[in-house]
Amino acid sequence: MKNGIRKNRYKDNLAGYLFILPNFLGVFIFILFPLLISLAMVFMDWDYLRGFDGIDWIGLDNFKQLFQDDYFWQSLKNNVIFTGVTVPVAMLVGLIVAVFLNSFVYLKNFLRVLFFLPYVSSIVAISVVWSVMYNPSEGPINQFLRGLGIDNVPGWLASQHWALPAIIIMVAWTYTGYTMVLYMAGIQGIPKDLYEAAEVDGASKLRQFISITIPRLKPTSFMIAITLIISTFQVFAAVSVMTKGGPLNSTMVLSYYIYIQAFQYYKVGYAATVSWALFLIILLITLLQWKGQKKWQDEF
Amino acid sequence: MTLQRKLMKWILTIVFAALAVGMILPFLWMTSSSFKLQSQMFQTPIDWIPNTVHFDSYIEVWAGKYPFALYYWNSIKITAISVLGTIATSALAGFAFAKLDFRGKEVMFLLYLSTMIIPTQILLVPRFILFDKLHLVDSHWAIILPGMFSVLGTFIMRQFFSTLPNEILEAAKVDGAGVFRTFWQVCLPLSKPALVSLLILSFTWHWNEYEGPLIFLRTNELYTLPLALTNFVDENTTNYTAIMAASVSALLPLILLVAFFQRWFVEGIASSAVKG
Repeated sequence: MKNGIRKNRYKDNLAGYLFILPNFLGVFIFILFPLLISLAMVFMDWDYLRGFDGIDWIGLDNFKQLFQDDYFWQSLKNNVIFTGVTVPVAMLVGLIVAVFLNSFVYLKNFLRVLFFLPYVSSIVAISVVWSVMYNPSEGPINQFLRGLGIDNVPGWLASQHWALPAIIIMVAWTYTGYTMVLYMAGIQGIPKDLYEAAEVDGASKLRQFISITIPRLKPTSFMIAITLIISTFQVFAAVSVMTKGGPLNSTMVLSYYIYIQAFQYYKVGYAATVSWALFLIILLITLLQWKGQKKWQDEF
Repeated sequence: MTLQRKLMKWILTIVFAALAVGMILPFLWMTSSSFKLQSQMFQTPIDWIPNTVHFDSYIEVWAGKYPFALYYWNSIKITAISVLGTIATSALAGFAFAKLDFRGKEVMFLLYLSTMIIPTQILLVPRFILFDKLHLVDSHWAIILPGMFSVLGTFIMRQFFSTLPNEILEAAKVDGAGVFRTFWQVCLPLSKPALVSLLILSFTWHWNEYEGPLIFLRTNELYTLPLALTNFVDENTTNYTAIMAASVSALLPLILLVAFFQRWFVEGIASSAVKG
């Protein structure tokens, strides 16, 4: 009898491992193994053009260089601005649209498609189109602004001051559809009788939104914030297509800086170091948010 | 509903319809411009529906010196294999995580979840070295192979399989079905909604992928659509109408997909969100 159970246990284990095996092989070869290699590369000065001969073990010198690297700090600053503006804007607009589409308009399924179309579209194609729209002299955006009587129109992607805002506007536009879809799903999970009770008590729609909708959506908001911060911190395609980090590094972000170091200068050890810095920053933000969420929910 | 509230709802509908059109204005402008001549492109006020429709830009893109049909084929091929691989590996592992009992399951699942915050950039350099050593750089496999596995996909499938009642599995077991048959003949047919959502999501990821192809592909004939598009822009910087036609061509398959399968897109996006 005992033997039979043990045999079953063994069969269960085997079945589980066999089901996971194909997936785990992929995760190991393409995620865990590269992660370890990259951790080792942090301690190397490796000029990849010279192959394995190009490796010099240099201890922590890459980090020393990182702390003195103005481009790194500039990129990090741009990343922080980029995420710090894009995420709240996309969340706020998405929330407002979700609330209205959910209960205050007709044709909600049709309108919903239009709102999330930018999110599922190729960011490369979108960046190409917006680059032309941002054209300072002839593009439709500046022509529209001139039509409003603004003479001193922004230089957008050609301007050191406007390039980053230009990319932020576009990316926030694409993420609005994403936050909207998630907020709509969240709102549908709120029990209807809460609103009915509030209605009976004579609470206005705005009051209901503030006292019922927003608190009930806290878990959704945290989840959106975490996913969006992780993904906006890795912004690459928009920068690569629209500005290549310029003008004057005003749109240089960490992911693009890593790309340049690795695939234009072939300084793969230093590129790995910058990518670990990016990882640790994302990790830190996620952990802080996790803690904040716990604290906030306990209070709620 | 009172007449007053109905009227209010219609007014809001019109307001949000206007906002929705504003959302897709860049797409409308792109499409309209792609049917114009270069000289009409930046005319003000914008001529949204040109009097005469010109196909010159499309001819230039599709029948010019760039093999756009080939780029399309490359994208289709890479996307199709990656999506099928993702679905197969995710469904198998998701089923194991949800319904099978084996040692180390919890630890392994936690390990899976934690890989989701690893930025792609940290993996691309070592992957490049790996593929370089395996002589897979400048081949589609460098994109397809990593594309066949998805932690997020595994998570979505696990969430779905967890909702299936255990009685179904026990009934199959009583009938003498092995684990794989239970998975294949009982659980998989029940999970169509999750499979379709994953299919559409992973189609979107792979169809739009840019950084991988940018790093791994060198030969022009191997380019996927996003890479071909940026290459086209780099070589035809001021040929704006052709750039728009190329963009429309690159975006069209996804826009059609969204139009026909919008419900699945919504469910896919909603299920891809990891709830704390």
